[in-house]
Amino acid sequence: MAMSRAAAAVRQRRCGPLLPAARSMASWFGHVERAAKDPILGVTEAFLADPSPDKVNVGVGAYRDDDGKPVVLECVREAERRVAGSTNMEYLPMGGSVKMIEESLKLAYGEDSEFIKDKRIAAVQALSGTGACRLFADFQKRFLPDSQIYIPTPTWSNHHNIWRDAQVPQRTFAYYHPESRGLDFAGLMDDIKNAPEGSFFLLHACAHNPTGVDPSEEQWREISHQFKVKNHFPFFDMAYQGFASGDPERDAKAIRIFLEDGHQIGCAQSYAKNMGLYGQRAGCLSILCDDEIQAVAVKSQLQQIARPMYSNPPLHGALIVSTILGDPALKSLWLKEVKGMADRIIGMRKALKESLEKLGSPLSWEHITNQIGMFCYSGMTPEQVDRLTNEFHIYMTRNGRISMAGVTTGNVAYLANAIHEVTKTN
Amino acid sequence: MALAVDASRFEGVPMAPPDPILGVSEAFKADTSDLKLNLGVGAYRTEELQPAVLNVVKKAEKLMLEKGENKEYLPIEGFAAFNKATADLLLGADNPVIKQGRVATLQSLSGTGSLRLAAAFIQRYFPDAKVLISSPTWGNHKNIFNDARVPWSEYRYYDPKTVGLDFEGMIADIQAAPEGSFVLLHGCAHNPTGIDPTPEQWEKLADVIEEKKHMPFFDVAYQGFASGSLDEDASSVRLFVKRGLEVFVAQSYSKNLGLYAERIGAINVICSAPEVADRVKSQLKRLARPMYSNPPIHGAKIVANVVGDPTMFGEWKEEMEQMAGRIKNVRQKLYDSLTEKDQSGKDWSFILSQIGMFSFTGLNRPQSDNMTDKWHIYMTKDGRISLAGLNLAKCEYLADAIIDSFHNVN
Repeated sequence: MAMSRAAAAVRQRRCGPLLPAARSMASWFGHVERAAKDPILGVTEAFLADPSPDKVNVGVGAYRDDDGKPVVLECVREAERRVAGSTNMEYLPMGGSVKMIEESLKLAYGEDSEFIKDKRIAAVQALSGTGACRLFADFQKRFLPDSQIYIPTPTWSNHHNIWRDAQVPQRTFAYYHPESRGLDFAGLMDDIKNAPEGSFFLLHACAHNPTGVDPSEEQWREISHQFKVKNHFPFFDMAYQGFASGDPERDAKAIRIFLEDGHQIGCAQSYAKNMGLYGQRAGCLSILCDDEIQAVAVKSQLQQIARPMYSNPPLHGALIVSTILGDPALKSLWLKEVKGMADRIIGMRKALKESLEKLGSPLSWEHITNQIGMFCYSGMTPEQVDRLTNEFHIYMTRNGRISMAGVTTGNVAYLANAIHEVTKTN
Repeated sequence: MALAVDASRFEGVPMAPPDPILGVSEAFKADTSDLKLNLGVGAYRTEELQPAVLNVVKKAEKLMLEKGENKEYLPIEGFAAFNKATADLLLGADNPVIKQGRVATLQSLSGTGSLRLAAAFIQRYFPDAKVLISSPTWGNHKNIFNDARVPWSEYRYYDPKTVGLDFEGMIADIQAAPEGSFVLLHGCAHNPTGIDPTPEQWEKLADVIEEKKHMPFFDVAYQGFASGSLDEDASSVRLFVKRGLEVFVAQSYSKNLGLYAERIGAINVICSAPEVADRVKSQLKRLARPMYSNPPIHGAKIVANVVGDPTMFGEWKEEMEQMAGRIKNVRQKLYDSLTEKDQSGKDWSFILSQIGMFSFTGLNRPQSDNMTDKWHIYMTKDGRISLAGLNLAKCEYLADAIIDSFHNVN
């Protein structure tokens, strides 16, 4: 409706003569409004602009080492050395690198997965986690046009954008429990039970973003059971496999539980964090099907969706992933390095919690070590966050989310002190 | 209660049709004949018919390996140095529109990704508008606009009688289209025909487009690859921009830098004022974020390194001239062979006047089939051959096949 009015306004505006001088020319884009700034990027920009030597960036969603520097894993550097000049740059097939897909499926479904043996998984290389989710959302729209997606509250903000642009209606389900800074398990189970049969659910496989709150193994089993009762479809977004506990097998536990229970899942995988390949946009989308024939058909349709979006996926990241995972020694090194990253985060969680306790904070900070992965939902209010920024030059998103990747042995005391200051009168 | 999960919800999902172009390569692979020739391939081959990575690309990658930079996310709009380089290449670094900050540029996933972003933008902000595409055009254009839900119609382009441009038909159809349509134009080296308008014809097209208040929308996939000169191949785009029109331009570095698999390109929107470009860029970003968040780094860094270093840039221009030169040589040899062998007096000069990787031979479907079935020459069924897959040694054989198919098959 608004669009037609806008389009009509454009037509009217363009009725005047077009003049060679740019300034006096009527633009086609008069009705195009400036998009709102990305909230997270705004945090980084403000941080960069701050001259204070004490400033701390705990808004960043990328891993940092104990010196606060970005990291390129050794296994990645080695893989790059090996692949340099080793191959031409011809187009990958539409579905992407076969080797990368193979290795990704082993990681997600298990090395000895019967589903891999039986070729029941339709899988394509995707543009990291975002691209995998988008392909699935578009596939959902095309082949199940009456379906909708249930998204946890809260979730990574781009999930909403993805399913919205794919034109799949969204619902939310209860997830985070603010009072306990933990899981609202009762609310979650209620929403699962009350959703219409055969609903599609987006689940974070591990290291929930932004809360860091994951169901326990027992809770996952209950969720899986209820999904079977309601015949719901589980779509897993797994962006942190290995990065959460340090053990990729353990981080895939939720998925394995669902597979054991007979669910035919969908799964988005990303190598942005666990392999530090952020800008390479390396990921995988997989859908477990009835049989090989169906898997071939589904894969062909996923490719049909990818073709008019970007034709075929980028090579470089795929080469790195398949080189690392395909070589036992390099894979070993990767496992060691990803555990190192996870351990550092876990160490910082412990340090932050203990520092706050030592400062005599009246509040409970158990949730810092109960939560897992890159992010911690601190429970601080927007006003408290603003104080952290304005008084202490600490930058984070206003929902109180702390990126533990930005915490170092060098700044943890300062951070704890600042948090204590703004929360002690809670 | 034993709970069995119901059969897959995707039971009704049919097998997608095979890709018309991939199918050609697959059939070629399966053919055991020594004589076989793959002219379906849309990627450059050397005279030895091998794929090649440009030397300057290898240099750039080596440099990047040594520098050992991190792999952090790019911003949604991509690598700043790449965006600057790509706009400069397209429009000329001294172009007033660049100096005035009127160009919105987003690094995107090669030509396809750039076109798709533009299509999504058109759907959102110009939902009543239609895109006019040439008949014929690259097969994926229709898929892109279909999936973006942008209506399209065709304008006449290829004239089978002359094996050339149906310019009058083209002008008439563009003129007849509703005001405010988007006209998709190939900047140079039209795919699949290889037939480009002359400079005079481009001027006339600009007149008509301006008069009908259409939006020019260029697909530039072969800049530098067509004539060998980056500037010459961009002249059509620059002509429109010079007139003060707002213009969409999709770019790809797949062919001219051989970066096919790295998916590197850009969508540019030349706007009437800098604050317009600002707004347009912000909305393109909003469309990109739920598609892929931010674009892949590797290809962007290669381009930026090559363009940013005067020596490497010079080397690139040389290699590009060589690629374009090889294609021109092959065209000449093919033309000579055809003219020599064909006694009928048919005019084969279109082989020389067409430009770029592809050539529309004028062969129809049964004739194209004959090329494959009898001569083991693989091409697409619309009569298109890829000269990138041809070398001097094979020209005579190809000429024999074309002559036979043309004259002896209905």
